[in-house]
Amino acid sequence: MSNFVKHTMTTSTSSPSSTDLHDQSVHDLAQALRDKKVSAVELAQHFLDRLNAHANLGAFVAIDSETTLAQARAADARISNGTAGALEGVPIAHKDIFVTKDFVTTAGSRMLKDYRSPFDATVVAKLAAQGVVTLGKLNCDEFAMGSSNENSAICAIGHSTVEPVRNPWDTTRIPGGSSGGSAAAVAARLAPAATGTDTGGSIRQPASFCGITGIKPTYGRASRYGMVAFASSLDQAGPMARSAQDCALLLSAMCGPDLDRDSTSLDVPAEDYLLKLNDSIEGLRIGIPKEFFGEGLAPDVRTAIDVALQEYEKLGAKLVPITLPRTELSIPVYYIIAPAEASSNLSRFDGVKFGHRANKFADLTDMYKKTRAEGFGDEAKRRIMIGAYVLSHGYYDAYYLQAQKIRRMIADDFQSAFKDCDVIAGPVAPTVAWKIGEKSDDPVANYLADIFTLPGSLAGLPGMSIPVGFGAGGMPVGMQLLGNYFQEARLLQAAHRFQQATDWHAHTPKGF
Amino acid sequence: MSLTSTDIARIANLARLELSATESERMLTQMNDFFDIVEQMRAVDTTGVEPLAHPVVVLSEFALRLREDVASEPNQREANQRSAPAVENGLFLVPKVIE
Repeated sequence: MSNFVKHTMTTSTSSPSSTDLHDQSVHDLAQALRDKKVSAVELAQHFLDRLNAHANLGAFVAIDSETTLAQARAADARISNGTAGALEGVPIAHKDIFVTKDFVTTAGSRMLKDYRSPFDATVVAKLAAQGVVTLGKLNCDEFAMGSSNENSAICAIGHSTVEPVRNPWDTTRIPGGSSGGSAAAVAARLAPAATGTDTGGSIRQPASFCGITGIKPTYGRASRYGMVAFASSLDQAGPMARSAQDCALLLSAMCGPDLDRDSTSLDVPAEDYLLKLNDSIEGLRIGIPKEFFGEGLAPDVRTAIDVALQEYEKLGAKLVPITLPRTELSIPVYYIIAPAEASSNLSRFDGVKFGHRANKFADLTDMYKKTRAEGFGDEAKRRIMIGAYVLSHGYYDAYYLQAQKIRRMIADDFQSAFKDCDVIAGPVAPTVAWKIGEKSDDPVANYLADIFTLPGSLAGLPGMSIPVGFGAGGMPVGMQLLGNYFQEARLLQAAHRFQQATDWHAHTPKGF
Repeated sequence: MSLTSTDIARIANLARLELSATESERMLTQMNDFFDIVEQMRAVDTTGVEPLAHPVVVLSEFALRLREDVASEPNQREANQRSAPAVENGLFLVPKVIE
């Protein structure tokens, strides 16, 4: 035990001046800012220069250096006058699904191409209240629908056409999705951290594909106010960073009740996830669901996960075989429920109150139809169609209601499993990141690749992804950790202890 | 079960989506591919299982809340209409609905 503590001390206190600013953790940058070793303006400028220099990745869809630098100057002033927040002056970027007053919010859609929100999302406001400076907005799949980031309709900064976001580990590959811009930016050190959202795996899968750390808290922990809605009973915000420690810092600032503005926000006080981060995981029971290690799992991913699990045993954890029998069913269940909710949520895009309106139309109904035909991309249209169908008269019981019943069975399966274990571990995705274009014509192939992240989403459980090695093509492999409701601290602790003993999270893609 | 092009047209109308002929055809194929993987779900015996609309209600201590039906936000008409396609005198403009 004492060995671990010593080890922790030596690895987490690297001198801020010893490495480039963009290689430093959120934790160390916050300290350097408080100690006035670097100013918020200097830091913001460094990252603005860097994200512009690497605009080829397509990670950013909106920047405004004047706004960013003004926020940084205000942060420096608060550091000087002693009113600094916990993250004062730390620059981060937001997934373009969070509405922001000071930047456009597109949700990756033509429908909202130039949309400006009159308010900030609660998560954005909470981070700003702790002093965070916003570098810009990050690319994502349209309305967060997708797992490759190939569904964005927005032209990234430095580009003249719409192009896919590229994975910094191999720019011919996808970064994952839907928080693909967030994952690519953090992996390439264009931002020390980013926000993401996870409906069916949209934080965990891109984190895995880009070799970074991300966490989705328990459904209802982070406010959904100001997150452009995709599937309201599933959407959850979370941080994406390079370590569990940085995720803990950010998640502490992001969570907490927002009872007046989000009817599904839980009345559970915010937590300081750093408090127990360093506690030992001696005796931690890690459940290994056999359904996550079947035929569909690529051998390279399996090997990396197996080695990581052996590392956990060395750290004193016990591996416990468990079963999540309805893992495969989670695919149809999710792809009924999420599109049903999406078709309802996206009905607000009618060309009247905000966003795109078609130029030519015959009457009101025609205006709706043409506006939506022009404004939505293929994947959004598919999900609207699936959703409208499963909610329609005569099909509701057979599809939507049946899916909701199996959703409860899936949630119950987890409660049975958690009788025997404290956390659950397995792969995030069956393979490493695939090539751009490889599955873009096959929506069902994309859906099937979500198999390991969907069960936890349907149950509303907290889940995270941590880098545990490299697989085919030198691409990162992420391991998924799932906890019971409100067990974010335990997940972060398990992830942190692993990252104290290994350095998979510290690898940098070549050229960044 | 297999959807037909008539179904696609009916659903597109419900969803207020204009689909081109090519789009409709592709949509038909893709939706039928999708509903192939949905079949396994229909066979599951769910007798007596309560539908779960919302993950939070699994935890009995977290019932969904109701709030008083009162305005909680300040009037921001101008800011809210800034991104509207057509506005006049603070009103949203739409094509004529009643002749």
